[in-house]
Amino acid sequence: MDEREPMLRTEGLSKHFGGLAAVREVALACRVEELHAVIGPNGAGKTTLINLLSGDLAPTAGRILVAGKDVTGLPAHRISRLGVGRSYQKTNIFLPFTGFENCRLSAQSRLQPSMRFFAPAHAHAPTRAAAERALAMAGLEGRAGVVAAALSHGEQRQLEIAMTLATAPRLLLLDEPLAGMGAEESARIVELLKRLRAEHAILLVEHDMDAVFAVADTLTVMVDGAVLATGSPDAIRANRAVQEAYLGSNEADIVSK
Amino acid sequence: MSAAAPGRRAPVAGVAVLLVCLAALLLMPLGVDKFYVQLVTKMMIMAVFAMSLDLLIGFTGLVSFGHAAYFGVAGYVLAYAAPQYQAASLWVSLPLAMAVSGLLALVIGLFVLRTSGVYFIMVTLAFAQMLYFVFHDTKLAGGTDGVYIYVRPDAALGEWAGGWKPFDLENFVHLYYVVLVLLVLTWIFLRRVIDSPFGRVIAGIKVNEPRMRSLGYATFRYKLASFVIAGTLAGMAGYFAAAQFGFVNPDMLGWHLSGSAIMMVILGGMGTLGGAALGAFMMMLLELLFQGLTKHWQLLMGGSIVGVALLLPHGLLGTVAAWWGRRVAAKDSERTDG
Repeated sequence: MDEREPMLRTEGLSKHFGGLAAVREVALACRVEELHAVIGPNGAGKTTLINLLSGDLAPTAGRILVAGKDVTGLPAHRISRLGVGRSYQKTNIFLPFTGFENCRLSAQSRLQPSMRFFAPAHAHAPTRAAAERALAMAGLEGRAGVVAAALSHGEQRQLEIAMTLATAPRLLLLDEPLAGMGAEESARIVELLKRLRAEHAILLVEHDMDAVFAVADTLTVMVDGAVLATGSPDAIRANRAVQEAYLGSNEADIVSK
Repeated sequence: MSAAAPGRRAPVAGVAVLLVCLAALLLMPLGVDKFYVQLVTKMMIMAVFAMSLDLLIGFTGLVSFGHAAYFGVAGYVLAYAAPQYQAASLWVSLPLAMAVSGLLALVIGLFVLRTSGVYFIMVTLAFAQMLYFVFHDTKLAGGTDGVYIYVRPDAALGEWAGGWKPFDLENFVHLYYVVLVLLVLTWIFLRRVIDSPFGRVIAGIKVNEPRMRSLGYATFRYKLASFVIAGTLAGMAGYFAAAQFGFVNPDMLGWHLSGSAIMMVILGGMGTLGGAALGAFMMMLLELLFQGLTKHWQLLMGGSIVGVALLLPHGLLGTVAAWWGRRVAAKDSERTDG
């Protein structure tokens, strides 16, 4: 077991919407050089979990630690500035801006001080370079000048990831990055995830089981807001409770073949 | 480069039109009566006011329905600063008036920016009306009657410059050129702010504020800064309006003027800056035209605003900019196809 404090750790993390417990007592950890995938059926609370981690929602109970620092209840922008980047399941980009400007604006968020009133934004070379790097990583280098609204659905999904990368995060929270992508883009993003793992801690929520089992170091299975099991892909495949509760006999055959 | 600034690289034609307008404004006082010089001075003051509001409506996505508050308060500051029958120093009273307007925007902004959408419109209106009734119902500055400013601000510099007076605001031509310079400076200032990193952030807030937060932007602070800049510039316009009319009354901060400013911005085209200035000129020209035609001129005024809203949903300049954008895009695709 790694002695270092993980990049992300949660303790007893819970979120209630009225009487509904969307996330219950979730404890998980994610380290640099680790890709931790969270899987589970629809409604298991995966997206709510990410919303809690990114500060988009405030937890009802429990703690969230980023690199050892307690960030529970901090607003989203503060958590982002600690090096946490998230992508959204439902594409959440700036449609009237070009792909480049989407990424440039994302990269600009790291400027210190951030309020700059006079020098033209487009003349700031470091943010331009960061935007171009992020676009290239997500495979959009040829589409930088296209207005986001005119990009294909798959390209918008790639842009979503590029924007997250442009903020230079240490911890990535990716909510179904492959949803709506074609096979070629999916393969590309899976390769990207493998490369990013070398320097990042990655928490991945994904429905594409082939991709998940191909890239994940650790898997957490959630059902009804609670963690059912956590372990290596092999251990999860072999876990009878997981097979019964979630993977189903047919699907279990596929993933364990 | 970005659709938030349509026609950014377009306009050789745009620059040409701008220069022609500027030349016309520069030469105008040489060829026309005092009445028209004073009228255009008034129009240019309203253009500054409308551009300051466009920073909020067109560039930050904040529809403020109380922008006259910052305009009017600056006028009252001048009225207070001027000793009766004597001139206030321009160099003291103008910064003071702008600072008071900016501070007022800061305080009101701290409250109103916690709301958004329709609630924001209502709350900005409510604050402005509160202020209106403070001046309307108390004897602070003449109540409903307002107060006269008998002498325009004095531009004389201090002892160190031997009391040199670079211009005299009592001279209507001097006042005209001072206001023209301020109009141009305001345009340049706002253009730079809009193209700056700050300007990109407020554009992002207008399009998708939650995403800006998750990218790490403390959006409230940016909206507040935008609100204060707009309020300060509105104060500058209000100061010169008061100086020109020689009179302030509570109507200067009423909802009617706030509404007119919104209409100027919509008429000219939100988020084009120059459009707001154009809208101010057009509104006042139409007013003059219709007033000459009939005493029911407000009916015609309302009708033409409805007409523009229906036929030119992006406003006068916005429609031209959109048309130009399409033309450039069409040319681009021709080039890549060929």
